[in-house]
Amino acid sequence: MKLIFKPFFAIAAVSLLLASCGGPTTKKSGNSGALSGNAAEKVYVAPGEHDSHYAFISGGFSGQLSVYGLPSGRLFRVIPVFSQDPEKGYGYSEETKPMLMTSHGFIPWGDSHHPDISQTNGSVDGRWVFINENNTPRIARISLETFETEEIIEIPNSAGNHSSSYVTENSEYVVAGTRFAVPFPQRDMPINEMKGNFSGALSFLKIDPEHGNMNIDFQIKMPGFNYDKAHPGRNASSDWFFFTTYNTEEAHTLMEVNSSQNDKDYIAAINWKKVSEYVANGGGEMQAANYAHNTWDNDAHQATTVMEKEVLVVNPMDIPGAFYFLPTAKSPHGCDVDPSGEYIVGSGKLAATMTIHSFSKMLKAIEDKAFDGDAYGIPIINFEAVSYGTLDQPGLGPLHTEFDSRGNAYTTFFISSEVVKWNIKDLKIIDRHSVYYSVGHLMIPGGNSRTPDDKYLVAMNKITKDRYLPTGPEVCQSAQLFDISGEKMELLLDFPTIGEPHYAAGIAAEKIKDKSAKLFNLEDNTHPYAAKSEAESKVVRKGNEVHIYMTMIRSHFAPDNIEGVKVGDKVFFHVTNLEQDYDVPHGISMIGANTSELLIMPGRTTTFTWEPKQVGVWPFYCTDFCSALHQEMQGYVRVSPANSNLPITYTLDDEVPGAEEEL
Amino acid sequence: MKSRILMIVGALLLLTIYFQPIWNITLEAPQYPIPLGMDIHIDKFYGANDEHDIKNINLMNHYVGMQYIPETIPEFKSFPIIVGVMIGLGVLFGFLGKFKLYLVWFILMSLLGILGMYDFYLWEYDYGHNLDPQAIMQFKNPDGSPMGFQPPLFGTKLILNFTAHSYPRIAAYFLGSGMFLALMAFFVGRNESKKKRMK
Repeated sequence: MKLIFKPFFAIAAVSLLLASCGGPTTKKSGNSGALSGNAAEKVYVAPGEHDSHYAFISGGFSGQLSVYGLPSGRLFRVIPVFSQDPEKGYGYSEETKPMLMTSHGFIPWGDSHHPDISQTNGSVDGRWVFINENNTPRIARISLETFETEEIIEIPNSAGNHSSSYVTENSEYVVAGTRFAVPFPQRDMPINEMKGNFSGALSFLKIDPEHGNMNIDFQIKMPGFNYDKAHPGRNASSDWFFFTTYNTEEAHTLMEVNSSQNDKDYIAAINWKKVSEYVANGGGEMQAANYAHNTWDNDAHQATTVMEKEVLVVNPMDIPGAFYFLPTAKSPHGCDVDPSGEYIVGSGKLAATMTIHSFSKMLKAIEDKAFDGDAYGIPIINFEAVSYGTLDQPGLGPLHTEFDSRGNAYTTFFISSEVVKWNIKDLKIIDRHSVYYSVGHLMIPGGNSRTPDDKYLVAMNKITKDRYLPTGPEVCQSAQLFDISGEKMELLLDFPTIGEPHYAAGIAAEKIKDKSAKLFNLEDNTHPYAAKSEAESKVVRKGNEVHIYMTMIRSHFAPDNIEGVKVGDKVFFHVTNLEQDYDVPHGISMIGANTSELLIMPGRTTTFTWEPKQVGVWPFYCTDFCSALHQEMQGYVRVSPANSNLPITYTLDDEVPGAEEEL
Repeated sequence: MKSRILMIVGALLLLTIYFQPIWNITLEAPQYPIPLGMDIHIDKFYGANDEHDIKNINLMNHYVGMQYIPETIPEFKSFPIIVGVMIGLGVLFGFLGKFKLYLVWFILMSLLGILGMYDFYLWEYDYGHNLDPQAIMQFKNPDGSPMGFQPPLFGTKLILNFTAHSYPRIAAYFLGSGMFLALMAFFVGRNESKKKRMK
């Protein structure tokens, strides 16, 4: 017995062992990439090393713009744009408040959507990022030297500024198209009389080639459809701009049903060069308007608001040959032009097909007058005459397409939660990859330019569910990084993002990093309340206003003892950071101030206000850990009763500041 | 003839001093990936790696009570004149063609060089030892005496968290080469005159 059973047990034991460690593995699609392709190595950026790309990802309903590194997915900075940011004092300091002024007054929040990087010769040049605010229509320009918002311009006659803020290939214009059709100009009228009475404003903002300053060159009064997304042409088509439309039904209620009745909506093709020449030659009609134009001055370190009172309006009927409609499958979202400029991809988000138009066929059709009637006088080009082809059953809910330099397109599918790679010329699907979950837009650095950078693709998802550790009902927003250098897309990394990551723009790091500002030169500071040395610091009373011209340097304020302030005063702390060293900001906050702290970069002057309500001796201190003596960087303000006669005095080390040798 | 050219070229090499740094002190620390540095020119101190370096050296050093690097020092007035006179003399000696004068020029230059370095040492000593008694941080040597922060005269030295380097820059090398040429001129000139006599 023994002799028989022993080998039997031995064999059984060995086979169990084999089964447990080397048995057949089940390949779980979508999740295997990280191990099989050595993805960790591809996204690992060693301590102290730099990422190869910047990704500027919209903060969505946070109103801001976030800056990430690729391939690591690390968050570097959140640039405040349309929303207040107490961490940086943006929208709280006296200097930055005007950035958030609109014709509706001060608005502390915005909904940021589509960042786009300025271009030169059809390639992203890394000078500025433009981004649109959807809710109260605005376009912002962010400097990629300071990574700060330098300009915000409000868009009149527009509502839901969504088909924005795309830049032409030499940064001649940035566009701002309305999502909602609204009365143009606004007026009191019944909602159900919308059809034929509302309009869709498409605004073209001219960009100053040197400083980037924007102004509304003209506004096209289009039919009252909804304009969803847009893209400029490239190369041969570079004089044209393409806008997707939905609700060509012009429904005003229960839109999800009533605006989804037409089998096809349109892509509006607009020859912006022609319109630009038309207005340059005196065309268009100047109409009354009221919109805020906020500009930041980097020397004065403050923003100013100018209320603009008129806008040049262009009627499409007045410029024959500049406006056409291209029938496009149902309620298209993305409107994307490939790097060659020949193919215009409309992602019909409610259709089972994607429409690809041909620019050369479009020109031919215009020449041949291959039109199927018109909409409000704008010719509708015959579908067959303009269509290059359709991509059938590529997935469900196509939203947005970007491109590589090898003739491939990458489209997101919201409903089927996937990214699909397909060849534009032969309309064949090459690869598809699941995303987690419900992907909106995607981004390939330079993927909407003539010269895409073929390494990475970032998919931005609307839903994350179980992908991260749960954090209550609201879980993080997320993006996913793919390597697209090979035939198959390879999922490398999930990383969380701020707000809703609507859209993004990416660029090779070397185009930006060396010109990133390190500090502001104190010598160039023209702020009217700057104290450029401790000797210039002072405290001045003007009625019940007290202006403190204060300086900060490691590791003290000057002055740091102030007396003579009274209850009921309005105290302005105008604080200048005297440092001229990289990465040495100082902060300041005063007990009981009804505002945020200030975080002041070297060489800059910033102001906050404090209205003391209680008698006493109240401290202020540096809020940013600046140095070994950071904890000692503090001071006192004595607050006397309202009827006190105590004169203003201010000291540092019990002397008027600046008596000692200056740095 | 050759010796005259050597002497004149040697003297003219000193012109570099008017537009190139003579000496450099660099301070390295982990939080300064681009080190702080000071270039010493004949008439001014310049930030070596950034225009604000000197201001930032002052800011660092005030923690231990060191004085601010002055905007100007008397040497910035006298040194350009002294160097100018020496260049003039060198060229003149070259034209006169008396090889013994070349040696005189070389010795004069050597003496001035030594004096210059001694002057530099005195300033460094004062800079590193004459500390504000109210200094925020006061360090002591193991023997209980106050720690000094004198940068090295020549070479590299660890001072608290900084590694200090003190080395000549391009104008000093030109000065050295000029002196070497003058010395060569002396030997070549002596040979030339010997040959003349033999003829």
